[in-house]
Amino acid sequence: MGDGVAETVTTTGDAGAGRQGRSGKDTLLDARGLTKRFGDILANDRVDLVINRGEIHALLGENGAGKSTLVKMFYGSLEPDGGEILWQGNRVDIGNPAAARDLGIGMVFQHFSLFEALSVVENIALALPNPGRMSELSNRIQTVSRDYGLPLNPEDIVADLPVGIRQRIEIVRCLLQEPQLIIMDEPTSVLTPQEADLLFLTLERLAKEGCAVLYISHRLEEVKRICHHATILRHGQVVRECDPTKETPASLASMMVGADVASVSASAQKPVIGEPRLALKNLSAKAATPFATALNNVSLDLRAGEVVAIAGVAGNGQGELFDAISGEMPVAADMVVLDGKPCGNRNITWRRRQNAAFVPEERLGHGAVPGMKLSQNIVLTRHSTGDKLVSAAFVSTANAGKMEQRIKKIYDVRMSHDDPEARSLSGGNLQKFVVGRELDRKPGVLIVNQPTWGVDAGAAALIRQALIDLARSGSAVLVISQDLDEIFEIADRIAVISRGYLSAAEPTDDMNRERVGLLMAGGAEAQGEVA
Amino acid sequence: MFEAVLLTVITAATPLLIAAIGELVVERSGVLNLGVEGMMIMGAVVGFAVANQTGSGTLGVIAAIAAGMAMSALFGFLVLVLVTNQVATGLALTILGVGFSGLIGEAFIGIPGLRLPDLYIPVLSEIPFFGPVFFQQDALVYISFALVIAVAYFLFRTRLGLVLRSVGDNHGSAHALGYSVIRIRYAAVLFGGACAGLAGAYMSLAYTPQWVENMTAGRGWIALALVVFSSWLPLRVVIGAYLFGAVSVLNLHAQAVELDIPSQLLSSLPYLATILVLVLISANRRLTLVNTPACLGKPFVPDR
Repeated sequence: MGDGVAETVTTTGDAGAGRQGRSGKDTLLDARGLTKRFGDILANDRVDLVINRGEIHALLGENGAGKSTLVKMFYGSLEPDGGEILWQGNRVDIGNPAAARDLGIGMVFQHFSLFEALSVVENIALALPNPGRMSELSNRIQTVSRDYGLPLNPEDIVADLPVGIRQRIEIVRCLLQEPQLIIMDEPTSVLTPQEADLLFLTLERLAKEGCAVLYISHRLEEVKRICHHATILRHGQVVRECDPTKETPASLASMMVGADVASVSASAQKPVIGEPRLALKNLSAKAATPFATALNNVSLDLRAGEVVAIAGVAGNGQGELFDAISGEMPVAADMVVLDGKPCGNRNITWRRRQNAAFVPEERLGHGAVPGMKLSQNIVLTRHSTGDKLVSAAFVSTANAGKMEQRIKKIYDVRMSHDDPEARSLSGGNLQKFVVGRELDRKPGVLIVNQPTWGVDAGAAALIRQALIDLARSGSAVLVISQDLDEIFEIADRIAVISRGYLSAAEPTDDMNRERVGLLMAGGAEAQGEVA
Repeated sequence: MFEAVLLTVITAATPLLIAAIGELVVERSGVLNLGVEGMMIMGAVVGFAVANQTGSGTLGVIAAIAAGMAMSALFGFLVLVLVTNQVATGLALTILGVGFSGLIGEAFIGIPGLRLPDLYIPVLSEIPFFGPVFFQQDALVYISFALVIAVAYFLFRTRLGLVLRSVGDNHGSAHALGYSVIRIRYAAVLFGGACAGLAGAYMSLAYTPQWVENMTAGRGWIALALVVFSSWLPLRVVIGAYLFGAVSVLNLHAQAVELDIPSQLLSSLPYLATILVLVLISANRRLTLVNTPACLGKPFVPDR
């Protein structure tokens, strides 16, 4: 819990003074001394927050700093243990989300709150107090969504739609409630740069119309770009308020963490490129389910010493590509070649024995079994990699325990007690664990999908640095990511995946965001078809 | 001959249909109640007893519904409020129902019962063939069809039905939107209990108007299978119930015409058919994915 970290100068008292300076006749929401306790943990400790009309207000903090808890109290899905909320000057009790909506508070959730089996219009109808006739609502959805540049087809079933469109549904649903305050939790994490720009235009337009936005994001660049004011939480307390336009991403990050965040250095050390370790040759696969993406002639050479990143918007075949490389989805033998050995039809254990390691996207459920202890989760991926975890069909709990201790120490996995179940770890800590579990082997080839999804700045920096260090030590690293900041930070070469086509991997120095964005929006596909 | 066969099919299918349509609503809300058999048999014994004591079939039916609802209220309290395991609680409910009904029914064994009268729909009942088959039935047969239509309309055309489906699909999101997951599920569970009780009443007041211990003979379980068979779509429950009704009376009719097929094989037909159909249905993954309530059987505890 931040021990050994020098506290910044500001205290809660100072922040409170700032709050009083900010509240006035334009104040929409004024939270005073909000406190929420979960067992022994104070998730929010006397939090003061003022949101004014027409303001895009950033709420910053590491994972576990109490951001979600705070906004859940504004949205009525959690009850505060202490303090009060003033809405337009009047004290209110927000007992449930319906009450919040009646006040004019809307929320776009981080983990989508959509119903997959239902259609777009049904999903939206559920969130409106008086949706009226379905056909009329469909028309309204089409009008509003087109008006804001977020077109939707009301009859589509959500399960069929990619992540970017799902977020659109959430936003349009929120807009139809005609809110005065919109709470957005990590809205851009699933968007292309161009889609994110569109969202920023929408937010700026809403702010001009007098709507307030409470904006939670880990992407400090965009906070600096669009937000008017920022409140920073650490360990459940407001530690600082500032004007993000006058700060740098690095200064914002250090306020969140309470210490300087080590910057990740890919370019500092020039890679020594060695032999090709992994080759994909015209990798093609049909879509296995109606919701999957087909892979079309994907080719890539991954060489020792380098980090290659694959950029792309969610749902463009990243999962399928990962499955084909890891062996979860068998393909023709010569489509995937590991160290000169064709292995497209080999299983994941065979590939692990060839010194390859894999970290899937979904850490809880795919990367780790939620109800199993960390040491047991270690055995699941490391049982046949020569670590003496299994001998004659018996699991060595002692060796697994030692390995768990080692990974915990090196990769700074924080836990409340020794060897807990995977599900009890916070997202960032679990991610450090699942990445650390594979890095611990020093694999020759590492494939990792979304290494820092939903992970706080400190943990993300640690993971990224570890990936670069692995590559510099002579391994080949392939990172599939939707986070362009991350990609430009760590990659030596960048390829872009779009609808199952992969563009040629080009040196990072020759790429820029605009070009990557164009490739994401279909350029990679055109390139793939020509090739 | 065909007319007679059809008549027995309807009688065999009706209790399955009523119990299954109730369970379908329960499962659409995300609750798995394996106690259908227990609620049904309680409905059968209470319905028979009340009809026997009061001489009124209507009162018997009402009492059977109340008995089914009382059982389901107990189930709802355990799984929704105390958050017990749904599978274990449902199985316990069945065991309780079978045992308790035997106790209540002790005094009624061998007593001739009361049969619900057939209702002749004017004009329609005089149509040759169709008249006797479809329009000279007892009230519960008509009610079974009305229930299916009402449930289909409710689920897919009303707001409350949409809310119920949303609770079954993603209870976390429904809660986040401000819907009372527990209350909606409780209402669905009670409706399921009422239907199971009514199906039980059909057994002891129409199918065979008497009380025999364990007289539902596994029909509650078949109703549960029918819900999966229908991929949680009400109109398909009708097809399923009548298919199973037909297969189960086939046995009797085959014996009557002295077909040379072992009767064991014939009586296993409904179960073979279940397995076959379940395989065929799971082949269409998209349909199953969209219609299966994603939260089925999962406990819900709001974080507050």
